[in-house]
Formats: sequence, structure tokens, C-alpha cells
Amino acid sequence: MSALLHEEYPVESGDYDRAGEASADIKRKLKQLGVPAAVLRRVSVASYEVELNLVIHSDGGTLTLEVSPEAVRLISADRGPGIPDVELAMREGWSTANETARSLGFGAGMGLPNMKRNADDFDIVSAVGEGTTIRMGFRLS
Amino acid sequence: MDEKRRYHSVRLDKELCKGCTNCLMHCPTEAIRVRKGRAHILDERCIDCGECIRICDYHAKVAVTDTLAELKLFRYKIALPAPSLYGQFRGLADVGVVLAALKRLGFDDVFEVARGADVVARAIAEKLREPGLPRPLISSACPTVVRLIQVRFPDLIPNIVDIRQPMEVAADMARAEFCKAHDCRPEQVGVFFITPCPAKMTAITSPLGQKKSSVSSAISMMEVYGLLRPLISKIQQEEKLAGTSTSYGIGWAASSGETKSIFQENALCVDGIQNCIRVLEEIENNKLSDLTFFEGNACTGGCVGGPLTFENNYVAKNTIRKLVANAKEKNAQTPQQSVPASVLNKYDLRLDVPIEPNGAMKLDDDISIAMQKLKRMNEIIADLPGYDCGSCGSPTCRAFAEDIVLGYAKEMECIHKLKDKLKAMAEQMVELAQEKRE
Repeated sequence: MSALLHEEYPVESGDYDRAGEASADIKRKLKQLGVPAAVLRRVSVASYEVELNLVIHSDGGTLTLEVSPEAVRLISADRGPGIPDVELAMREGWSTANETARSLGFGAGMGLPNMKRNADDFDIVSAVGEGTTIRMGFRLS
Repeated sequence: MDEKRRYHSVRLDKELCKGCTNCLMHCPTEAIRVRKGRAHILDERCIDCGECIRICDYHAKVAVTDTLAELKLFRYKIALPAPSLYGQFRGLADVGVVLAALKRLGFDDVFEVARGADVVARAIAEKLREPGLPRPLISSACPTVVRLIQVRFPDLIPNIVDIRQPMEVAADMARAEFCKAHDCRPEQVGVFFITPCPAKMTAITSPLGQKKSSVSSAISMMEVYGLLRPLISKIQQEEKLAGTSTSYGIGWAASSGETKSIFQENALCVDGIQNCIRVLEEIENNKLSDLTFFEGNACTGGCVGGPLTFENNYVAKNTIRKLVANAKEKNAQTPQQSVPASVLNKYDLRLDVPIEPNGAMKLDDDISIAMQKLKRMNEIIADLPGYDCGSCGSPTCRAFAEDIVLGYAKEMECIHKLKDKLKAMAEQMVELAQEKRE
């Protein structure tokens, strides 16, 4: 079924200044919708991780929020550079974060595993040179 | 929104309110609206932080507390001074002087809340050893922080430590010890908390996490301060009462005092409501899941910065620091050493009523309708100037859009929208006037 609420947030590469603003707005909207606390918590964690991934690792992209009475969906689609080995990237502790990101306390290699753990369904598609798309679903009923 | 009236200590004095936007802009839960030239507090959103009391130049925001006249209602009266009371008296070397002065106000006994804090400290330290706890565990001591979580961070409710506030534990201990010593019935004994903040008053009247508060009344520190000040210098050495808490219990008066008393290195202590909000956002994002404990105090400096205190909070914090050092010289015991394990079992320390999300930020109980309202809100926001000027009576353009969607405001209450409309109408009139007769 088509989402009733659809919001798009452009996220730029290396924009630490605004990092977290999209996920903060997502959180606020979900609270206004009265999404149950337990689901809210999982979406908060996943949306923050996925937004930070866009800032740290991607060449920029868009984070999309879709809400229907049945589910919350988060879609992160970037313009590259793409992940050469998705299986490796999904491992805990594996990170390609650069010095800037690490100096800010990121790059623990928990981003993708954390997203997967918090979402009810998780899907990642990536092609080097094209980009990465992550889709996450959170059931509401 | 919930129609049920909730009790709040923070109120508005309509006569004094000018209808300015100071409180409107400073409320951390957007619980104030100015309508018809007066501020209104939205009951379901107010967390009794007292920010509006601090900011109002006209003293139109007040905290309703009990008065010393309530003492008459009980056969026996016990004063329960919050440790922040000691911080009000600059140069104070020993808490015993304040305890003796309090007794002179007409109390039969004085019981330090710092002693309750010792018991709570030991209970929290033991709690933190339990496996599988959410990280970080959030202190339940500041009632404003607990209500803030209920209103703005409902998903963090499971992180709140399920142990009662020192004030409550102290009230039970005070009553039990007094009844035993004087052979009287608990209902004959009134327990009066000397409070630095309206939130504690609210916590007594409508408790969170427990059915009923053990405290009978809360008396504002400001009211007691004026009476105590002249007495303090008159207290003779022999009249002084002995302080019976550890130095750590006294330390709860200021931010990080709780953390020090539970000997938790891996903790974060945050004071000031906006700072607490920022950190709670990060806890929500799991950014601080490496922490064991979070101590949040809504007031700057901790309880010494409460809206009902008299002394500058930095000076008060300094006084507390010296009192803690003096007390430690006399008694170096930690709460863990000082509080016997038997006390932990003797008193009811656990919060046993679930703390529920408050739902005050919800647009509708039905998610489909809430979604329609949110969409409509976004359309309205896109059309508003984004000045966040407060002229409409809502704190921000976003809050105004929300009020429109909820039926509490009309679009033309935005003065800028109204101006645009008048301009367009004026232009139309000019056009009409200039039209020549064919």
C-alpha cells in the first residue's frame, strides 16, 4: 500500500554541521504521530546511523521517511561511491571511516550491523561507481 | 490531548501577566500559549521545570507550595530539609546549625533528606550491578527530568532507574523513627519537605512511579529562608543538632553529587534543562550506550539552582562543596559503608507504578488521522514566514501550524499573513477605485 506520509531529507557528504538534523526531524514527526515508544527507539537508532553513514561514507544522498498505519520505512539512497564487498561491510567492527570521522568518535564499525539489528526488515543493495541503497522497515502493528 | 486536568505547582497570575513572549520562548516543552493577551499553560505538557518563573519579569509565573500554616494540621511535625537548603547560607560551616534553626520554626523534629539520599545511593549502586540493564540508566531523582522524558522522550522511560527519590525515602524513615521514639501513630505525624523547586511539590501531589507520596506537604525554600536567616546567627554551639548523613548525602544538593555517592566512574552528569534535552536526544540515538549512568538535573548547578532558592546557584554550589569537605573530615564513610543492608529491606525503595508515556506531543490517537494532520501542518508551515516571532501566541511557526491543525489557532492570527492579506485587499481596492466606467 502507498505510504501516507512521505518526507525526503537531502544529506550532504562531510556535512558534520548538520549531521543528525534529518534523524532529529524524523524522531519528532514519529512522536507527533504517536508511534509506540519501543518502535520509536529502534527507528531513532537506525535513522541516526543511516544519516551519519551518508555524511561519513557517501558522496551525498537522500534519506526518505515513509509512514503508513502499518509500518515506518526508512530509505537511504546515495550517489556513490558504492561498497565493494557488502558482506564484509556488514561485519561488526569493520569500518572504512576516515580520520575526520574517527576523530569525531565515529567509525566503530557498528553502523550497518546496528541498523540491521534494529529494523524488522533490512535490505542493502550496492554497486561500486553507482551507489548504495538501504531499505529498512519497522512494523507498527 | 488529554482533557483530564493535571495538578501543577507552576501557575499563572493572570493579573500580573502582560502577555509578552518571554515565557513562551523559553518553555522546553512548548507548553505555553499567549491567547487574548495572557499566557496559558497547557497542563498536559507542563513539566514544572520553573523556567517560566525564572524568565518572567512581571512575576506572573508562580509556584504554588504549602505554607507553614499547614503545620497546624498535624499533631507532630517533622521538617525534611533538602540538602540544597544548606547551600543558601554562605559561610555555613556545619549543617547542624540549619537543623537547629529549622526546629525553632515549630517542628518537633528535623530529618535530613541527605540521609534518604544515602540510602538511595546504596540502592542505586546495587541496582547497577544487575545484569541486562538498559544503558545508560537514568537517574529518577529530578522529577522535572522524569516528566521531560515522559513528554518528549517516551522511548527512554525503560532507562529510568526504578528507585524512589531521596525525599520519599527520607519521609518514610523520618515517620517510622519518630513513631518508634514517641510511641505515636503514623497519621499523627506530618512530614514537611523544604523544597528548592515546584517540581517536587508536583511530585508530592501527583506522584510518578508510586501511588501516593509519603511526604505530607512541601514548603518553599524561599519562604523558610527569610525566617531562618536571622536565626542562624543566634544558634548557640550547644543547641546545634548533629548532622547524621554522610558527606555524600549532602553532595546531592549539586549536580554530580548523586554520581559521586554511587561511585560510578562511567557516568555523565548534566545540568540545565536545555543541556539535558541535548544529551537525552543523544541517548535516544544510542550514541551514549557505552555509559552506565546518566544524572540529569533540570536546574543549572543542580538543586542549588532551583527556582525557589534564594542564593546565587554558583555561590550555593561552592557552599555545598565546603560543607561536603568539612563533613568528610568528621566522617569519611561512604553511603555503602554507612547504610546497613538491613535498611534497604526495611523501607520501600522501588517505584512500583509504571511510568507511562504522556502522549502530549501526539497530534491524534489515531495514526491515520495524525498523519493527515501532520501533512496539513507541513503545508501550513511552508506558507508561514518562519520568523518564530511569537506574535501569534505560539512559540514558533511550527508550533503555530500545529495549533491550527489541532483547532486552537487560526491562520490569520499570524500578523505577517494578515499584513499580506491586507496588502492584497488594499491593492484590489485601489484597482477597483481606478476602474473607469465603461
